[in-house]
Amino acid sequence: MVSQIVEEEKSYQAAFRASRSGPSDARVSWLDRLRERAMDRFEQIGFPSVKEEEWKYTNVTAIARTGFSPLVSEDTPSAVTKEQLAAFIYPEAEKSQLVFVNGLLRPDLSLLIGLPEGVVAVDLADAFHSDRYRYVVQEYLARVVDCEENGFTALNTAFISHGAFILIPKGLTVESPLHLLFVSDAAQSNRAVFPRVLIVAEENSNATVIESYASLRDDVYFTNAVVEIVLKEGARVEHYRVQDESAVAFHVTTTKADLGRNTAFDTTNITLGAGLSRHNLSVNMDHEGAECWVDGLYIVGNGQHTDTHSVIDHKQPHCTSHQLYKGILDGKSRAVFNGKVFVRQGAQKTDAMQTNKNLLLSNEAHVDTKPQLEIFADDVKCAHGAAIGQLDEEQLFYLSARGIHSDLARKLLTYGFAEEVIAKIKVESIKGQLDEAVLHRLNARLEA
Amino acid sequence: MLEIRNLHASVDGNEILNGINLTVKKGEIHAIMGPNGSGKSTLAKVLAGHPSYEVTEGEVLYEGKNLLEMPPDERARDGIFMAFQYPIEVPGVSNAQFLRLAYNEKQKHLGQEELDPLEFKDLLKERAKVVQMDPALMSRSVNEGFSGGEKKRNEILQMAVLEPKLAILDETDSGLDIDALRIVAEGVNTLHTPDDAIIVVTHYQRLLNYIVPDFVHVLFGGRIVREGGKGLALELEEKGYDWITKPTPSEASVVGVQ
Repeated sequence: MVSQIVEEEKSYQAAFRASRSGPSDARVSWLDRLRERAMDRFEQIGFPSVKEEEWKYTNVTAIARTGFSPLVSEDTPSAVTKEQLAAFIYPEAEKSQLVFVNGLLRPDLSLLIGLPEGVVAVDLADAFHSDRYRYVVQEYLARVVDCEENGFTALNTAFISHGAFILIPKGLTVESPLHLLFVSDAAQSNRAVFPRVLIVAEENSNATVIESYASLRDDVYFTNAVVEIVLKEGARVEHYRVQDESAVAFHVTTTKADLGRNTAFDTTNITLGAGLSRHNLSVNMDHEGAECWVDGLYIVGNGQHTDTHSVIDHKQPHCTSHQLYKGILDGKSRAVFNGKVFVRQGAQKTDAMQTNKNLLLSNEAHVDTKPQLEIFADDVKCAHGAAIGQLDEEQLFYLSARGIHSDLARKLLTYGFAEEVIAKIKVESIKGQLDEAVLHRLNARLEA
Repeated sequence: MLEIRNLHASVDGNEILNGINLTVKKGEIHAIMGPNGSGKSTLAKVLAGHPSYEVTEGEVLYEGKNLLEMPPDERARDGIFMAFQYPIEVPGVSNAQFLRLAYNEKQKHLGQEELDPLEFKDLLKERAKVVQMDPALMSRSVNEGFSGGEKKRNEILQMAVLEPKLAILDETDSGLDIDALRIVAEGVNTLHTPDDAIIVVTHYQRLLNYIVPDFVHVLFGGRIVREGGKGLALELEEKGYDWITKPTPSEASVVGVQ
């Protein structure tokens, strides 16, 4: 099996060499060097193994074994139509969306007229060559996420080409949420796509970004995304990530946010799809007065495995973090939550709160949760907790005592459990989508 | 309507009810009084079907049916309602949503029309007046963040929506200030008709100033040790439970005799 994995890793190398064979462009020589470095790193370390502490509960050998081939360009673009995408569109962002199909931007399916002037939302591949943006991109790209961190970040960086570059200019408030939709369509079997997103919110800007992953059919593919978010002083960013990939797909995303002074970063991460998914999420608080909300909801059923590893790093004083992750597991499913909160030396007046709660609806569901608080400062307010449980018997009795059938009572309580995360979502159509997803999972109809 | 015969019940192997006999007829209001630990709340919970309580002996007939064989949700749909002493919080489920589901479950059971959210909103608005409930509480999660008084009012609001045939109020007066007590009691009186019956479980007599019982039963040690009219409640208030729990030799013969 080891030799098979080595073979597989070689196929990424072959694809990498092939993609590098074109004429070189002096304007992107820095990028070529970055890609080379990333590929070297991947060749060196390969995919993570369960022997590594960070990957102990999530075995990714299936990704190495499946034989995915990187999709860097398409001879015949997917014939997907707007109608087919209707289910994945959020009406609030109807005029402010970038649509990527199999990792490639589709201008014919995207629309940006709802964005105010000055906001940049372009294909990363174009930004590299643009005289207006290439310096900004060069300044931030791969600075937030270390391409050498693990095999996934290395591989994504080696294959950087398409993706989104978003720039919210100083002082601007963008009313419409900006939606980045990554859709998978079976253009090529066993394809690997490497979405890359760079969001720069300049000083005192204010924006909402939705990042969603969806699939037109249930096929096997591998999404390996990296999302870098930079908040300059006083910026406010609301970020939603909805992962609803095919039930047999593999999905890995690394998200990192760098928070400037007095910024507010509010991220909500929803996991519904993929057979195997992993989300590495870090928030770097290296300036005073930053505040973040790092929330999530994972709802998995038979055959699904999802893993969230988050790091909230308080490096400077007067920063606040709130984290609430909830999970609902049914059938033979597994979830992993590992949440680290660091309070570095000198990060006085830190206020950090972390909670992970899991609801197991079946005896075959399994959760490994590990909230970790490491504090090296003495004047801080920190709390964390984790819970794994079944539905509360007293609540069930209360609903029964009002005449509600026990199966409906169970569904209602499960729905209520998810609502704590769903209720805080400010984009109504995401809320609606999740209500529906929860109810669909519960096979129930509960109107408000 | 309700006939309890020689009811014994235990929780975690401890016998709490020790042979209760009680008959409740349509239109009647019964008060169950007694000191702490006498089994009052246990009786209420056994009638509602709480799974932690095990009936070890005796029977309960409700409208001629064996109540103890019915699961709690079926009892509720069939018209039994217990107002909880400590109402449960249900996060993430709005009060309106919860009430509508419960209402529709009952309507379905009775073969009557179910209401959609809009229609139900009107009904709820109407019924909320009975307990002067703040409409803002309808869109909040069930009992979450409610004050003690709001939770108790919410119980009576549920009673107003579900229109039970037999309502059991388990210490509904506890934790209520005098104004809230009056509102809740007036609400119960408004809802009471000659077709239904009410069992009021209480430690204190003060609620019975407002909800006037036809019969008063005093529980001690899991048995009914004294019965009478509304005057008995006043007598208890005056003499205290010691009068019952520490009988003088001349009164000892009365205790336990039906």
